[in-house]
Amino acid sequence: MSSIYEQIGGKPAVDMAVENFYRKVLTDERICHFFDDIDMEKQMAKQAGFLTMVLGGPNSYSGKDMRQGHQHLLSKGLNDSHVDAVIELLAQTLRELNIPQEVVQQIANVAESTRNDVLSR
Amino acid sequence: MATIKYKGEVFSVKVNETVLDTLLNNGIAVKNSCRSGVCQSCVLKAEKGSLTEKSQQGLKDTLKTQGYFLSCMSYPENDLEIVSSTELQIPVTIIDKKMLNSDVLYIKLKYEKDFSFYAGQFINLIRNDGLTRSYSIASLPSEKSIDLHIRILPSGQMSNWLSSNASLGEKLYIEGPIGDCFYSGDKKEQPLLMVGTGTGLAPLYGILCDALGQNHQGEIHLFHGALNFSGLYLIKELFLLAEKYSNFYYYPSVLKNEIEEVNQLNQLNQEVKVGAIDKLVFQTIKKMKGWRAFLCGNPELVYSLKKQLFLAGVSLKEIYADAFLPSAK
Repeated sequence: MSSIYEQIGGKPAVDMAVENFYRKVLTDERICHFFDDIDMEKQMAKQAGFLTMVLGGPNSYSGKDMRQGHQHLLSKGLNDSHVDAVIELLAQTLRELNIPQEVVQQIANVAESTRNDVLSR
Repeated sequence: MATIKYKGEVFSVKVNETVLDTLLNNGIAVKNSCRSGVCQSCVLKAEKGSLTEKSQQGLKDTLKTQGYFLSCMSYPENDLEIVSSTELQIPVTIIDKKMLNSDVLYIKLKYEKDFSFYAGQFINLIRNDGLTRSYSIASLPSEKSIDLHIRILPSGQMSNWLSSNASLGEKLYIEGPIGDCFYSGDKKEQPLLMVGTGTGLAPLYGILCDALGQNHQGEIHLFHGALNFSGLYLIKELFLLAEKYSNFYYYPSVLKNEIEEVNQLNQLNQEVKVGAIDKLVFQTIKKMKGWRAFLCGNPELVYSLKKQLFLAGVSLKEIYADAFLPSAK
């Protein structure tokens, strides 16, 4: 059986999802200020790796820097509400691409599982 | 603590020091410019020792495998034996030189051996004493020479030397080419947006000539911005191209419109827009989904416009940005 990654259209679909997702993130007043001076290419490559992994595609995603990568944002007030917002926007992006709800939920669960690392808990 | 061996001497690399820092702090002259891992003028070659991925970021694969690395981005984790990269340098001669406006100098360089490049990429220009600066290429490979547009900065060592001291026949060296800001010719129907400030016009002019020469079919919109009218250049040439090619649109723009300049504008009998260039872009072009964009010049504008275009629906991989970073000294 082909993976969900293949079913939704492989790399082009993931790339499009990542771009759509970041357009939402960068215009969402709750969280956009955390992204003022990020390297968009790098950030989106990481996100593409994450999505490819949870969709069962070929990947070399290593989430081990989740904790380290967000540490500097804690002093800027990063908290649960911001993680909620990110997961909400990710799910919204995936639904707009007509990805089945159970797959969206599955991806949201994996994102959810990084919460404590993101918030250094 | 890692050490580096260079020309028979061994130096210890202190904490948080790059290879470039270590050499400079020990009085070794190493050419360098942006110190941000972009211009590649501080490239050295490691003959022994392993290199970090970050220290080779942006280099061509052929250079990576030979052990070339960016000394300003290298925090060595083990001992290195390094040599300079002079064998990458290509001798050039200045064969033409003139002013394009009151502070932009044009020079034409003839290269002494094979050199392949795309218009819009940049080179490092190296003076005999090692002084190095990056400039974009405004000419096509078919011309067999390299045109540069050089902004003369008040305390610019290279630009002032080129404008006041360097004469025709002067020998220099170049390294490169570097960068992915060029016309690839793969999507002839795709609309192209080009936005540049100051000498950001140099790569755009090269890319434009390349695209028109390759019979690009999609629309091409070029916005060139300057503080005031005297900062614009190649205006007549670009208006002529816009007359000749029905798919090419040229929008010179200035931030300030000064009264004494209105006469010059009237003589031109053409419109020069007034206002912030990013606003003009969005006022002029309403939908940019599916476009390719080239953004060159002022870093703040380049980064901000890149984000604005992305949010307006342009795919990030269709945005080629070349921010002109100032040299570190």
